Amino acid sequence: MFRRLPDTNAGTVDVTIDGRSARVRAGDTVAAALISAGVLASRVADVSRAPRAPYCMMGVCFECLVTVDGVSNRQGCLVAVKPGMRIDTQHGKREVER
Amino acid sequence: MSGERREADVAVVGGGLVGAAIAWGLARSGTRVVVLDEGDVAFRASRGNFALVWVQSKGLGMPEYAAWTKLSSDLWGQFARRLAEETGLDVAFRRPGGFHLCLSEREVENRAAMLSRLHNQPAMVKYDYEILDAGQVRAMLPQVGPEVTGASYCPLDGHVNSLRLLRALQAGMQQFGAGYLADHVVETIASRDGGFRLTTRQGEVRAGKVVLAAGNGNARLGPMVGLDVSVRPQRGQIIVTEKVAPFLDYPIVTIRQTDEGSVMIGDSVEEAGWDTTVGAGVVSAEAERAVRMFPHLARLNVVRTWAALRVMTPDGFPIYQQSVSSPGAFVATCHSGVTLAAVHALVVAPAIARGELPAEQYVPFSPRRFDVSATA
Repeated sequence: MFRRLPDTNAGTVDVTIDGRSARVRAGDTVAAALISAGVLASRVADVSRAPRAPYCMMGVCFECLVTVDGVSNRQGCLVAVKPGMRIDTQHGKREVER
Repeated sequence: MSGERREADVAVVGGGLVGAAIAWGLARSGTRVVVLDEGDVAFRASRGNFALVWVQSKGLGMPEYAAWTKLSSDLWGQFARRLAEETGLDVAFRRPGGFHLCLSEREVENRAAMLSRLHNQPAMVKYDYEILDAGQVRAMLPQVGPEVTGASYCPLDGHVNSLRLLRALQAGMQQFGAGYLADHVVETIASRDGGFRLTTRQGEVRAGKVVLAAGNGNARLGPMVGLDVSVRPQRGQIIVTEKVAPFLDYPIVTIRQTDEGSVMIGDSVEEAGWDTTVGAGVVSAEAERAVRMFPHLARLNVVRTWAALRVMTPDGFPIYQQSVSSPGAFVATCHSGVTLAAVHALVVAPAIARGELPAEQYVPFSPRRFDVSATA
């Protein structure tokens, strides 16, 4: 579905996605990294429980909310990946304590 | 459904919570009703409110209002059940009791003194409330922060999903045959041949009776049918957070978690005319107190803030009155359209259908209480 532009030639970084190691492109956002790693349903909706995926990729739609390094409801499309980052898809409402 | 009805037994002006509750009550008793509403950009307290069904602290200066509020709270359970049965919409009414939290000993003392004055009034309706110390509050609300020094608690307090309530009332009244006319701002009302003629830019509507339930618009409409309705807008500002897993079992007068998980914060009061601008100073003060009450809230993302306009009478109590000069014209207006929705639907609507607001129940709510010459 998605193809890389031919002029991107960045290196890679290692992260975890739902606890599994993944090698993703340096400079990508978390949302782009999830898509390129084949993780399309990045959360379930808080009320309807429907699976949701990154959509606008520019900070507007809030569909790509994920947990980054233990902090819930980050907008995946606005956070760049970093080495060692823990990315977790969301399966319910955030807990108020975290 | 008869969305384009132009003639009815009763025309209700205003499709917010007050108008829709009365129209629902009228329609389900077989009265032919048409509701004339404004458009999407109306000042609509029904879409900006805090959604409490609240009893504690109401009625200082008018014990009849305390009794009226308690009656509505007591009717709310059956009201919500009927709406759910008939429309399939669960308005999420819960009555676990509610808290007013205090952040200093002085606040606790002031709160206790105010409630004592309220309940010592002659003819005050009897119901339970408690002043709790910090330890008692913590036993019921383990999430409160160390600055909480005490609270008042009343088991009659609750809350609801007020947006779904508006939707359920509008769906329900149309199930019972009520007509709903959007974008029908009423320009004039004339009493003619024992009935009323309401003009709008979309044409004319005729009805045997008319109910003014247009919130702050009632100040303009009232004099057309001989009713003096002194209402003014009073601004309140609200913060809403992202949805989180349930953590708050009780509504606080300034903080509540909705059935879908959002946390709403806000109880500000400002005299700002028709200005619905959100002010950073007010919302930051609200947020600061909320975080002192529940420190975990500091971690949550705010997703929206807004300001809405309450419908405020000179003494803050509701107005219900039938016109003397134009019998058949009624006004119903208040700032508690959520709390009082049950009495509006189940008590006021049947009285309007019968054509009379019985004196023993409604005289205290007459706008004549604002007439200096009548009380001098």
